[in-house]
Amino acid sequence: MSTVTQAGPAVPAGSAEALSERRPLGDRGFQVLALAAGLLVLVILVLIAISTTQQATSWFTTEGFKGIFSTNWNPAANKFGAMTFVYGTAITAVIAIVLAVPVSLAIALLLTEVVPRRRARPIVYVVDLLAVVPSVVWGLWGILVFAPWVQHIYASIGSALGGVPVLGALFGPPTSGASFFTAGLILAFMITPIVTSLSREVIATVPAIDREGAYALGATRWEMIRGVVWPHSHGGIVGAVLLGLGRAMGETIAAALVIGSSPVITSHLFAPGYNMPAVIANQFGESSGVFRSALMGLGVMLFAFTIIVNVFSRAVVARSARRMRGA
Amino acid sequence: MDHPEPKVAETELPEPTAQQQPREAAVFERPGAEVFKTKNVSIYYGSFRAVTDVSLDIYEHEITAFIGPSGCGKTTVLRTLNRMNDLVTGARVEGDVEYRGASLYAKGVSPIAVRRRIGMVFQKPNPFPKSIYDNVAYGPRVNGEHKKSRLDEIVERSLRHAVLWDEVKDRLHKSGLGLSGGQAQRLCIARTLAVEPDVVLMDEPCSALDPIATGRIENLLREIKSRYTIVIVTHNMQQATRVSDRTAFYSVLRDDKNDTRTGVLVEYGPTRQIFEDPRDSRTQAYVTGRMG
Repeated sequence: MSTVTQAGPAVPAGSAEALSERRPLGDRGFQVLALAAGLLVLVILVLIAISTTQQATSWFTTEGFKGIFSTNWNPAANKFGAMTFVYGTAITAVIAIVLAVPVSLAIALLLTEVVPRRRARPIVYVVDLLAVVPSVVWGLWGILVFAPWVQHIYASIGSALGGVPVLGALFGPPTSGASFFTAGLILAFMITPIVTSLSREVIATVPAIDREGAYALGATRWEMIRGVVWPHSHGGIVGAVLLGLGRAMGETIAAALVIGSSPVITSHLFAPGYNMPAVIANQFGESSGVFRSALMGLGVMLFAFTIIVNVFSRAVVARSARRMRGA
Repeated sequence: MDHPEPKVAETELPEPTAQQQPREAAVFERPGAEVFKTKNVSIYYGSFRAVTDVSLDIYEHEITAFIGPSGCGKTTVLRTLNRMNDLVTGARVEGDVEYRGASLYAKGVSPIAVRRRIGMVFQKPNPFPKSIYDNVAYGPRVNGEHKKSRLDEIVERSLRHAVLWDEVKDRLHKSGLGLSGGQAQRLCIARTLAVEPDVVLMDEPCSALDPIATGRIENLLREIKSRYTIVIVTHNMQQATRVSDRTAFYSVLRDDKNDTRTGVLVEYGPTRQIFEDPRDSRTQAYVTGRMG
């Protein structure tokens, strides 16, 4: 990027003329274009960060840090505490990850280690199709079909576990079809394709010769997976999971439709709740002044969280890549 | 080469000299028990017949070398001896492969159990992305050994057998990926020896190594052959003459009419006879370098 006058490598020796020859216009044009595109992304990102932060300042100046850590969200009384939604975002994202990761890994291992490549292809298509279902369709299906259906399951689990110490606090009543858990489930469906396909790609890079090395020692398929595939790919898989986590945190419309829209902090997973993207989507239309500024503030926090998760996941992947090179 | 000639039945050879090595004489006159007996083995990948009608016996505590041009099926034959080819979709074996009297491809034979007795070292050193210690302990662990003191013992013994112990004893818990090519290959040999196999199959184990590392591995082979039976595929004919007791020469049989090719076993016998008195003109051409 720094120097534009690099000489081509194939210059014949002893010819000063050839050395000073300028690179063709197309080449320089391409370099400028690529650089501009790269910078544009950066500029847009910075502008979003600056303008949303600016819009959030009036919330921050009226509420201060108290606003971030307060759990009181009451627009009618001009109380805008963010913690309820941070909590809801964390809960739904964790539920989504806990449900999606084992399934995704199982599918990825099935496709790479068990099913022959020829027969794996249709399964890959189907899993990838899950990824193209629009978010709003997931949300509508979730609230119109899925929530009424799981409601009965929640109710029976809730009544069965109501009195049990820890489980009762998590799965006991109140129960509702639109709840943290339903939102987590829908998010799990939505992130399964990305986690599966990233894990599958990582696992596919495990060298065949390493697999054979394990088999040659009398390892079973499972022992080979544990001994060779896992150490080779766990860094990449953690990266895939964190990318899924970032998506689950930021996913908006589906969560807004099925989460129940109740700004409370509760340990009951089957109870209605709220999270950051959902509250922004649901309440932005009727907001103004500090209310709108508070919603912008939630957006800034969410943006920051997803950036942190992304940076962290990249660091994990890079670290494991370094380890693989043998340090 | 002016080595003394050992006695070989039915061939005219120069007089044996006083320097004749008893080890080699023993090989030719009284071979040990047959470890493998293959009869009319043909190996297919899908509809492609990679190897046709291979029949040979491999004897206990000998080093048997498979040589021949590329595509002659020597590696394919090697990989059928511990059912490694099961991992290739479409691979199929016809004919008898007997290991110590039992058919390797009979129904109910577990390839996992087979590979626990018949280990394999590959062309490219392939240490696992684990510590040196865990690389060697991997095999014993999958075979159910979890006692720390036993594993320590196995790891040290295997690394000593593979002549790697002195170089790595201070960094057993560092990654196996940080070793040089020759060290990594000896680590892979140690890993194979750690499960105390009966047979060690080696698929061009030195082709990625420099001459010094190659020399080390060859010394190692000579050292461990009293305890193991070794089959080695090699492109290096000098290597075959240096380490092996018997040599099998494979070649490619082309059928220009149908545009097919398949690997065949041309000649099998004591290494010295194969190299110095080959009976087949194709063997002669190959070992004298007149054919690729």
